[in-house]
Amino acid sequence: MSEHVVPVRTYYVIWAVLMVFTAVTAGLSFYDLGRLSIVVALLIAGFKAGLVGLYFMHIKYSDPVNRVAAIAGVVFVAILLALTSADFFTRMWFFRAP
Amino acid sequence: MDVNQAAAPAKRLSFQFADLEQQRQSATLGMWVFLVTEILFFGGLFAGYMVYRGLYPQAWAEASRALLFKYGTINTGVLICSSLTMALAVHAAQVGRHKRIALFLLLTIALGTVFLGIKAVEYTDEYHEHHIPQLDFRFEGADPVHSQIFFGFYFVMTGIHALHLTIGLAIAAVLAWLAWKGHYTPEYYNPIENFGLYWHFIDVIWIFLYPLLYLVAHRGYAG
Amino acid sequence: MHTQTSIDTREHYLNEQLGIKSWLLTTDHKRIGLLYLLGITFFFFIGGFYALLIRLELLTPPGDLVSADTYNKLFTMHGITMVWWFLIPSIPGVLGNFLVPMMVGAKDMAFPKINLASFYLWLLSGVMLIYAMLNGGMETGWTFYTPLSTGYTGGNVILVGLAIFVNGFSSIFTGLNFIVTVHRMRAPGLTWSRLPLFIWSNYATALIMILATPVLAITILLVAVERVWQVGIFDPRYGGDPLLFQHLFWFYSHPAVYIMILPSMGVISEVVPCFARKRVFGYKAVAAASVGIAMVGFLVWAHHMFVAGMSVYAALVFSLLSYLVAVPSAIKVFNWTATLYKGSVSYETPMLYALGFIGLFTIGGLTGLFLAALGLDVHVTDTYFVVAHFHYIMVGGAVMGYMAGIHFWWPKISGRMYPEGWAKLAALITFIGFNLTFFPQFVLGYLGMPRRYWAYPEEFQILHVLSSAGASILGVGYVLPLIYMAWSIRYGPAAGANPWRAAGLEWQSPSPPPTHNFEPDSGPVVREAYNYAEIDAEVPVGR
Repeated sequence: MSEHVVPVRTYYVIWAVLMVFTAVTAGLSFYDLGRLSIVVALLIAGFKAGLVGLYFMHIKYSDPVNRVAAIAGVVFVAILLALTSADFFTRMWFFRAP
Repeated sequence: MDVNQAAAPAKRLSFQFADLEQQRQSATLGMWVFLVTEILFFGGLFAGYMVYRGLYPQAWAEASRALLFKYGTINTGVLICSSLTMALAVHAAQVGRHKRIALFLLLTIALGTVFLGIKAVEYTDEYHEHHIPQLDFRFEGADPVHSQIFFGFYFVMTGIHALHLTIGLAIAAVLAWLAWKGHYTPEYYNPIENFGLYWHFIDVIWIFLYPLLYLVAHRGYAG
Repeated sequence: MHTQTSIDTREHYLNEQLGIKSWLLTTDHKRIGLLYLLGITFFFFIGGFYALLIRLELLTPPGDLVSADTYNKLFTMHGITMVWWFLIPSIPGVLGNFLVPMMVGAKDMAFPKINLASFYLWLLSGVMLIYAMLNGGMETGWTFYTPLSTGYTGGNVILVGLAIFVNGFSSIFTGLNFIVTVHRMRAPGLTWSRLPLFIWSNYATALIMILATPVLAITILLVAVERVWQVGIFDPRYGGDPLLFQHLFWFYSHPAVYIMILPSMGVISEVVPCFARKRVFGYKAVAAASVGIAMVGFLVWAHHMFVAGMSVYAALVFSLLSYLVAVPSAIKVFNWTATLYKGSVSYETPMLYALGFIGLFTIGGLTGLFLAALGLDVHVTDTYFVVAHFHYIMVGGAVMGYMAGIHFWWPKISGRMYPEGWAKLAALITFIGFNLTFFPQFVLGYLGMPRRYWAYPEEFQILHVLSSAGASILGVGYVLPLIYMAWSIRYGPAAGANPWRAAGLEWQSPSPPPTHNFEPDSGPVVREAYNYAEIDAEVPVGR
């Protein structure tokens, strides 16, 4: 399996999208989205990271095992965050003031 | 088109590999496995951040608002540009333009240096504002104790990120020099490709650090 | 098959290049394995020395041999040395390095220089550890709990932490090499389902090394930051929560125990079929169980924190998950047992250690279930019950598996046979000594003797005396192999390429192997692993 040469134009398009979404996430921070703000910010960040991964890091064009590695990294951080949260955010669950 | 006349590809094949393709795939997988360790390394910091933000949201928001939003935003743009130049460096290697590799690597280094310069400005400002934990720390807020922890995470996370970036600059400089001398050909440019992976990873980490550190509080009427 | 000429006249990896430089700068995975062998054996005896002092102190109820602080340092340094400088690098560093490339039919690891770097990082970390020891050691327990480690103890926390940090990179480099080698360098025809189970186990171990070790690294870094800077991440005085440290620490340290046991299980999966002359029962299940243990092992860490102040709802979840992680281990034990059933079993030394492993690991594993039960854990946590549980797994399991592997592959590594009579004797002494040392500790713990205590009530003395007596016998069991293995290097009879008539690519090469493992290459692989029926049909029994 030889390596795919990504056309330069693709890189410029991805770069432009990344810059636009940086402006979007910065701009959105001027609005009070309440509890949604972290969700939106992380979704945008995840989207940007995905673009960097797929196109700049060539995940889209390379061996599936590299993709599995990247996903595994994210999944295990998610496990760390999820199960740690399970402790911190359920302490005295039934007894906390509303 | 100046196709380079570098050393014959066969000389680049290490004895344990059957062919250059196996070597290339192994090198790339090796770099990805290393990046997984970096994801988990930063992941520990994200876990700590998440816990304290969840427990002390107001302290977090007030402290975040004190950061230099403009500089953080510009820095995000700077790193994205450096990822572009890095991708173009890899492309240059793929099409055999070895001097271009060096040029784009130098641009990447320049942008990375700008990033560090801006961070230095920010750190200096934070020093003058007494926002460095335990260093005559003063903070006007509802919960200065936990705002101090925010700043602790800010400095540790951006500091470790900056350390990784600096190491990247050093490696990029070496690679730029080797590329200029014609070390890399379309048959063999593994170090460029794999350094690119490392550099893009540094960009990805910042893509997450930026909203987590700078965008906690909305800036509707605080500016 | 290769004709076996004299070990001294044929060229192989031990004699092709001579001189200290050829060893210190080697990138040959086999030589690196031997460098690790020397290193970890040294640290095993350092850790053992601490154990000796601990057991001597515990012979009598009052704290009369050493001071309380010194006792804290003893168990701390014992744990740290054994975990990071012996158990974690033992099988992967010695047997894994030696065998993984051979078992997949490769000429070396994917990254030989990184392999050497892994060894030198380990060695550097060892030097740092020894310096820390001589500088007064550390007394927090191997678990470094905050805020004791970050704010209330003087001493060498950062130094020891840094040593472990560097050691962690050694682990990561080893794991990286294993993963890439197994993915990319298998011989033609060697599909995943034809791989020896030793490879599956070490591969699963490598996955854990890659995913878990970095979290330990950042945790140690944060402890150092906290010590120097008092940011407040882990210290309640500054607004932090000590349990955050425990979550981060155990996120690594629980999977770490699977790093310590999985490679041993891999050894057992090689030894049992060979000495039962039967393919492993349920190959796919055992392979899947290896990866299953690695993955599910990441979901159970807070069972170390049940009484630390964590949410009881989260504790319920972790308790359930801890029961689940026992399943793949149990599958392995069932399958090894089924392999033995109606096999043609012989009792050479590797098999003795393997059988010991199966029994003792089962006891250790079952007592883990006691600990995973919330109600019972409240009673036995932080007592000698826990100490006995993990020593049954680590010593009765992992170390026995290591000994099985060293004996099994010794002919391949050295070209010579060890003396079977002495080896059997040492195995027996080890088994007796081990059980005498650690079984009383289950009783002690259940009766309420806390761990990490240097003085205790009179009524516990008899059990402690039994345990200390056992420890001295166990010590003999470990010293004997040092002597006879060293003896065999010079005086042992030549072993031949395949003295056990075992299956596996490594046995197709001469003993000791040539530098690039196979001349000219391993050739394609056309059959499943553990084809013992075929082997016994080809070669008449009783060579």
